[in-house]
Amino acid sequence: MIVADRKPFDDIKAMLEGFERVLIVGCGECVSVCMVGGEKEVEILASQLRMAAGKEGKKIELGETTLERQCDREYLELLKDKIENYDVVVSMACGAGVQFLAEMYDHKIVLPATNTRFIGVTEGEGVWTERCRACSDCVLAETGGICPVTICAKGLLNGPCGGTNDGKCEVSKEKDCAWTLIYNRLNKLGRLDSIREIFPAKKYNVQTRPGRRIHEAFKEKE
Amino acid sequence: MAKSFKEALESGKFVVTAEVGPPKGTDIEEMLHHIDLLKDKVDGLNVTDNQSSVMRLSSISVSHIIKEKGGEPILQMTCRDRNRLALESDLISANILGINTVLCLTGDYITVGDHVEAMPVFDLDSVLLLKTVRLLESGKDLGGNELKGAARFCAGAIVTPEANPIEPQLLKFEKKIKAGAEFFQTQAIYDLDNFKKFMKYARQFNVKILAGIVLLVSSGMAKYMNANVPGIFVPKDLIDEMASAEKGKALEKGIEIAGRMIKTLKDENICDGVHIMAIGKEGKVPDILAAAGLA
Repeated sequence: MIVADRKPFDDIKAMLEGFERVLIVGCGECVSVCMVGGEKEVEILASQLRMAAGKEGKKIELGETTLERQCDREYLELLKDKIENYDVVVSMACGAGVQFLAEMYDHKIVLPATNTRFIGVTEGEGVWTERCRACSDCVLAETGGICPVTICAKGLLNGPCGGTNDGKCEVSKEKDCAWTLIYNRLNKLGRLDSIREIFPAKKYNVQTRPGRRIHEAFKEKE
Repeated sequence: MAKSFKEALESGKFVVTAEVGPPKGTDIEEMLHHIDLLKDKVDGLNVTDNQSSVMRLSSISVSHIIKEKGGEPILQMTCRDRNRLALESDLISANILGINTVLCLTGDYITVGDHVEAMPVFDLDSVLLLKTVRLLESGKDLGGNELKGAARFCAGAIVTPEANPIEPQLLKFEKKIKAGAEFFQTQAIYDLDNFKKFMKYARQFNVKILAGIVLLVSSGMAKYMNANVPGIFVPKDLIDEMASAEKGKALEKGIEIAGRMIKTLKDENICDGVHIMAIGKEGKVPDILAAAGLA
């Protein structure tokens, strides 16, 4: 899933300076799971804004709604009537959701309430860790199911750098060295040969921005 | 220095290299002094590349100065700050300036240095950089294009004999050889018995190994490196020996230890040479060489 952080309240408040009618839109997918932009977080942000406005004697009218998800037009369409009652929309989705909402309602100001961080997993309660960089050229078959592009701070493809020590990364003793993990797992699986050959340099042209994918069955329509 | 570094390597003599750290800024007076002091006493002078991710003069410009002064530069190149296009361009550019020896490194991560917000590049890694050097020598570039005039290099890399765990490092060491490394300079070594074990393994490959010698200036420095520098281990007896030095004589003790280690490495024919890193004390390298009986 996509993992995000909520922007600091002061940043959100500063973005909304001068607006009186604000619609906060949550997203029921990834950001809901990572407890940053779901129904509950929409409520929290609304109360924070209400309290701050009250304290400063300012007028604010807040709308709160959470869509199934913001990365599909059919759900975004549900905002159609409601959105007209507001001057500004705050999206609590990931960057993709914010943009799709802004694209569909391009006559409205749409602002982000989150900083999108990474594609990751739920490591434990309230802890998420990155697992994929979406590089479009997966090497997990050779590296024992551990991604060097993501887990190695330098994204090295041909083994550890000299900065690793006791299985940790030179960037921080909190971080594991990806290549020590890869070596140990492949050793356990008896598959070290898969990393003895030199990996070629990564092909960045396969990940030219922005990415686009069309399902085979829909190619003719395009 | 009449001989090229490659000739020195192939001559079978005990090879000695030292290091020059480019300054941060345009005042190069002190660096020029160090170059003058060392260029005729060693077989090659490494020039670091934005060492420790701290922005400084480029390794190419300083290597060029060394060449102009009649010394033999070893151009250090890291993969941290340049993509493959820039690395290839800099390699052939170095070549036309008479710089023929390159040490291929991954490079420290950006955040250990003084530009923590900069983009870490790492388009290639040290293995792929070595391979790129060999490719440029074949008259081609990474885009598959023909060069108008091929490059020509003596290419080296580094290895950390004291790394823990060692196995992943050795796997990479072998990849570097496969990619075309002709020589290795090691991370600092202090435990000669351990180093002999590494050399027994390394001798099966047709590469030259220069042992890394980092000058100890105090027992505190040794303890600090043990705690903080990956792949460096100073044994207790050396720490005690440093601590036993009379007040104000620690540096002399460090020079004595470095000289003694180099002498042993040479006399016992343990490796092919040494790379002396007298970080911040470059002026003491001649004293180390004298202590080793090499002056």
